[in-house]
Amino acid sequence: MVISLPRSRHSLTTSLAMIALLGSATSLAGAPPGDWQAVVEEARGQSVYWHAWGGDSRTNRYLEWVAERMQAEHDVDVIHVKLGDTAEAVSRVLAEKQAGNDDDGSVDLVWINGENFAAMRANDLLFGPFAEQLPHFALTHPEHNPEVVTDFTLPTDGFESPWGKAQITFYYDGAEIDTPPMSIVELKAWAEANPGRFSYPRIPDFAGSTFLKQALIELSDADEALYAPVEESDFDAISAPLWDYLDALHPHLWRSGRQFPASGPDMLRLVGDAELSLAFTFNPAEPAAAVTDAELPPSTRSYVFEGGTLGNVHFVAIPYNSPHKAAAMLLADFLLTPEAQARKQDLAVWGDPTVLDVTRLDDEQAARFEGVEDNPTLLAPDALERTLPEPHPSWMEALQDAWQARYVGR
Amino acid sequence: MLRLTPWLIIALLVGPILAGLAMAALPAFGYLPALGGDAFSLEPWRALLAQPGLARSVAISFTSGLATTAVSLTVVLLFLAAASGSRLDRWIRRMVSPLLSIPHAAAAFGLAFLIAPSGLVARALSPAPSGWERPPDLLIVNDPWGLSLMAGLIIKEIPFLLLMSLAALHQLDAERRVAMARSLGYRPTIAWLKVVMPSLYPLIRLPVFAVIAYASSVVDVAMILGPTLPPTLAVSILTWFNAPDLSQRFMASAGALLQLGVTLAALASWWGLECLVRRLGRGWVAGGQRQRGERMLRLAGKALILLAALTALVGIAGLALNSLAGVWRFPDGLPQTVTLQHWQRALPSLGGPVAATLLIATVATLLAAGLVLAALEHEQRSGRQPAQGQLGFLEGRRSAALTLLYLPLIVPQIAFLFGLVVVMEALGTRPTRWLVIFGHLLFVLPYVFLSLSEAYRRFDPRWSRVALTLGATPDGAFWRVRLPMLLAPLLTAMAVGLAVSIGQYLPTLLLGAGRITTVTTEAVALASGGSRRLIGVWALVQASLPLLGFIIAVGLPRLLWTNRRGMRGTP
Repeated sequence: MVISLPRSRHSLTTSLAMIALLGSATSLAGAPPGDWQAVVEEARGQSVYWHAWGGDSRTNRYLEWVAERMQAEHDVDVIHVKLGDTAEAVSRVLAEKQAGNDDDGSVDLVWINGENFAAMRANDLLFGPFAEQLPHFALTHPEHNPEVVTDFTLPTDGFESPWGKAQITFYYDGAEIDTPPMSIVELKAWAEANPGRFSYPRIPDFAGSTFLKQALIELSDADEALYAPVEESDFDAISAPLWDYLDALHPHLWRSGRQFPASGPDMLRLVGDAELSLAFTFNPAEPAAAVTDAELPPSTRSYVFEGGTLGNVHFVAIPYNSPHKAAAMLLADFLLTPEAQARKQDLAVWGDPTVLDVTRLDDEQAARFEGVEDNPTLLAPDALERTLPEPHPSWMEALQDAWQARYVGR
Repeated sequence: MLRLTPWLIIALLVGPILAGLAMAALPAFGYLPALGGDAFSLEPWRALLAQPGLARSVAISFTSGLATTAVSLTVVLLFLAAASGSRLDRWIRRMVSPLLSIPHAAAAFGLAFLIAPSGLVARALSPAPSGWERPPDLLIVNDPWGLSLMAGLIIKEIPFLLLMSLAALHQLDAERRVAMARSLGYRPTIAWLKVVMPSLYPLIRLPVFAVIAYASSVVDVAMILGPTLPPTLAVSILTWFNAPDLSQRFMASAGALLQLGVTLAALASWWGLECLVRRLGRGWVAGGQRQRGERMLRLAGKALILLAALTALVGIAGLALNSLAGVWRFPDGLPQTVTLQHWQRALPSLGGPVAATLLIATVATLLAAGLVLAALEHEQRSGRQPAQGQLGFLEGRRSAALTLLYLPLIVPQIAFLFGLVVVMEALGTRPTRWLVIFGHLLFVLPYVFLSLSEAYRRFDPRWSRVALTLGATPDGAFWRVRLPMLLAPLLTAMAVGLAVSIGQYLPTLLLGAGRITTVTTEAVALASGGSRRLIGVWALVQASLPLLGFIIAVGLPRLLWTNRRGMRGTP
């Protein structure tokens, strides 16, 4: 079985960013995060059960490399617990809390962001603050890059540590399409001219929900309201243009909008099978990787909308009842080292953009990130400069509920 | 010691399920302190009923439970009636085990790739004669009526029901019954249906019930092939349990109870159908018609099972092709380039999960086989046997206990597993391999019992009596006479047990906290990435492990009894 809604991992934001409180450590672990040397000592010999989505073999191989390095460098045993859905880890921690297991949980580190983070934070399922105490966290320069301490408009408050970035990236077969649509409005015209060649993942899939948000941002002129809790505004009025748009768009979609792909990866498969001609992903490097793996034709091209697309940062967090917090912090710190971040960004490995502020690294470190990416499938180098921040997480839920009420069971 | 085994089994199976159900029931009525629910309310039910498309979800789950079972059973019975002794009969009998060893999810992926608009069939027809340069925009897989879901389940349930029927048929002396009917002028297929089927059905009634319960609550196949807007009830429940918005847990728990109700309703309806068919069938059997319909039934009996078997096999072959495919664009019927890359990448990470899978499956199966043998032997020695195939409680208090054995097959996994995790946590049990083995035992035990009990109960008691007369102790008679003679069915039952264990996803994931990685959890995690190439690799690995078990089950008796033809048995 499978499948379904991969992780909610990404999130971003630039606006409304707040520098997280650099509060003192209220650690439950033996060593307070403030005393880094003690953390390193305590971590030695520990195991870290890292719950992370396991649906991508490139990501999995990168995690294997991380495990090898952590073993060699810090004598820490990293075990990748492969999830089909990040919520499985949230469930687990919740069940443990429900049963009163407050100090010997089974999840030490979880790859997370967005709604899952909001949910765990709201239910006091996370340990922290710890992120600001990680020595390499400073390299992200949160004072210049507020997105690394903001998750779907919520301040992370040091309860999660940034790991990578993502942004909606569209892709298509350049041999078939000359001029792809450059905005949500153009997309509808394109779909009318090319019926059955585009779709988006069914709600509540993460990528599908993000498509709704992208459309809402472009179609409504109530941007400010989108960055505050949904209860504070008139949801029906603000979302009305979105539903009009979707009602008009759906008849021209794949399967006439009577069925939707299961997820972002499912869309990629459908493009590979030539069922779809235009699709989108959250990992800008995914189309190029799929070309390498012969799942997409070499004529595949990537781009983002003229006005930019939604992007976000994904994080790692430590559950409140992890018995190996020291090793988990050490791992979170290792993930922020230029070595680990550069390897992650390498298209040959994974292609996940770095969260470090490369412009402020010293020359030697910055050199690690200078890939000679001469890949025609990849985005133009400046494409990711146009990043729209994620709305407040409450909008995602409201949109999901409204979408399902409108289009499910018809 | 032997006396206690039935009770031990009941405690092992019933306790966890009831406890798990209880922990699902509490949140369903608003009680879940960890999420701030500390008062009972009906709010979760109101939220559940307000879910868009709920009625449709329920209807699809209910229908697929009944329709899948009805079609599978019909195909199996028609095949047995029509093909007995033919070449097809021998081929299908040989294919039962391999077909049974294909995991449900793998079969579903195979079928999806076969029938999708960009799938193998469409490719074979394109560009000529269909004229499709691109895949047609047709809604086939995930159709809103659940037809592809039912098709996927049917191709997997046919081998299971067939295996159960073949085991039961040994007791019925079918050939002589048919010969008798034929001497009265009945055509062979009609004869079988009129004189063998009515005695066979009661023997396979429990497996049929298990199929109904499974088909009405299945998660993995429904995710791959089932409808999506809305999905089946079980899939919806899983989505709610996994929702980032933790307050949906309450509604999910209410949904779990509703699922239990839907499954029970499907079982009750089947029972009603049984009564109806019995009444209508009696007239047909007694009517004396000897010929009418023979040719059509015969054709259907052969064609339908052939279609099902070929569909499953071609589907798997399609996955195998995918695991080797490089560039493979529509409408090419075969990959343009072939590569070993997917296998090479997977191989280094295969070892751990394969070893863990085999260890867990072997231990769970051995435990199950030991417990089942002890329970059956106890039954033999104490001289209590339920009448053939009847639910035990109809026969009195004592064998009622063993009926409860089937509880894990009837209660949908999704209804009690989430609650069971909480129970285990509350007991302070940390997720370990043993906990996973215990979880698998819940499902392996009933299947081993199901597969072995008929053969064991029908074993001619005179053999043991002869042994006892010759001075053997009851234990000696068991070890030296009964067990060797029942080796073939025992090994088949164990192979079924292995296959069941290997296929478990939710119990492995939930009880192992994700730390125990088996080929199935690995395959599911990778499947969420949607790469059919990788799915092909893992599905083949996942299918080959149970196949190994079946090969041993068939091969070992032949090897051990090379000089005793009568003991080699037929699985």
